[in-house]
Amino acid sequence: MPPKIQIISILICIFLVAYVFELVRRKHLSEEYSMGWLITGTSMLALSVSEGLLKWVSELVGATLFTSTLFFFGLLFLMVICLHFSIRISALTNQVRKLTQSIGILDLEKKTLERQIKHPTWHSDSSNMEQL
Amino acid sequence: MKTLSYQVPQSSLKQAVILENDELETTFIKGPLKGHPKTLIIIPAYNEEKNIGAVLEAIQQKAPGIPILVINDGSADRTESVARSHGANVISLPYNSGYGVALQTGFIYAARKNFAIVIQMDSDGQHDPKNVQELIKEVQKDGVDVVIGSRFLDSSSYKTSFARYAGIYIFGKIASIFCGQKVTDPTSGFQALKGRAIHFAASDHYPPDYPDADFIILMHRYGLKVKEIPVTMHASPDKESMHHGHKTIYYIFKMFLSIFVTVLRNVSKR
Repeated sequence: MPPKIQIISILICIFLVAYVFELVRRKHLSEEYSMGWLITGTSMLALSVSEGLLKWVSELVGATLFTSTLFFFGLLFLMVICLHFSIRISALTNQVRKLTQSIGILDLEKKTLERQIKHPTWHSDSSNMEQL
Repeated sequence: MKTLSYQVPQSSLKQAVILENDELETTFIKGPLKGHPKTLIIIPAYNEEKNIGAVLEAIQQKAPGIPILVINDGSADRTESVARSHGANVISLPYNSGYGVALQTGFIYAARKNFAIVIQMDSDGQHDPKNVQELIKEVQKDGVDVVIGSRFLDSSSYKTSFARYAGIYIFGKIASIFCGQKVTDPTSGFQALKGRAIHFAASDHYPPDYPDADFIILMHRYGLKVKEIPVTMHASPDKESMHHGHKTIYYIFKMFLSIFVTVLRNVSKR
């Protein structure tokens, strides 16, 4: 691998890992989400530093250029991270939906109770609230 | 100060669990269905201040005495106050969440309050309330859990665009194959659900964006009996259908995928 790309790659990986640590320290990133980034960062760092490892992995996946091995694994890790995000977003959407529905229902029940407290003798002449 | 006896409603978590608990369901179905069934009409509404008043009046005229619950899906206009002033109860969702989410809110409410029958209708005046009584009568029969009001079983032809008709036809055919019975109008939002079906719609099985042919197949696989009866539907006055525009492609994609995974999914039959 040309030394220039190796140095750039190492620097980027060190920066990524350090930045993720800093984000977790400042509580801007939760531990759960830092996992994927740290694994990506350290694996890419290992591949960039050790030429022997890179050579072995390149032969394993059948890559002719060492740099394409780096790109290949970089992309692979990003795909895994994105899929993880999609799963989390789906779960969050589900939770938000349930919360939304609960808030709506609780609000109606609260209003019904308030009305009953204000007008204890209130009956459903004009409205059908009582039947609910 | 008068003390109020207020029963704490079951958490929505419990709603999901309740499906597995057959004993709970059957005990409450037997009760209210005998004699006078506790019925609720649910209407999801999004920016319908122009139509909702007339719709509610028509329902109260043609199907009097049935409580109406409007689920205001984060409307920006006066939908909530118009519905309230026409004597309906209103659940207001804090922001627009989509037709399916609003509708399911009604089912969750009905399940919590032990309603025996739930009628779902649209807020744009498309559905004729004169059919409400027929839906109730039909759903009360033994061996029927869900009654779908079909616009295509009616003799009077319902006018719709060719693309829309083609979509309904194709998904109707697919639903017919998987359910082993004729389904002519899977997109119909004019339905009556009873007992177990209400709890099923309130559960996590419910597809929250467009409940459609996929939910009919799912209900069939769960062991619920679905029946179609002819109803009158008017073309909705000023609003475009939710299946129009850029959503059409997503709708078709979602429906195929949803039906595909629905068939693969494991649903416990009763």
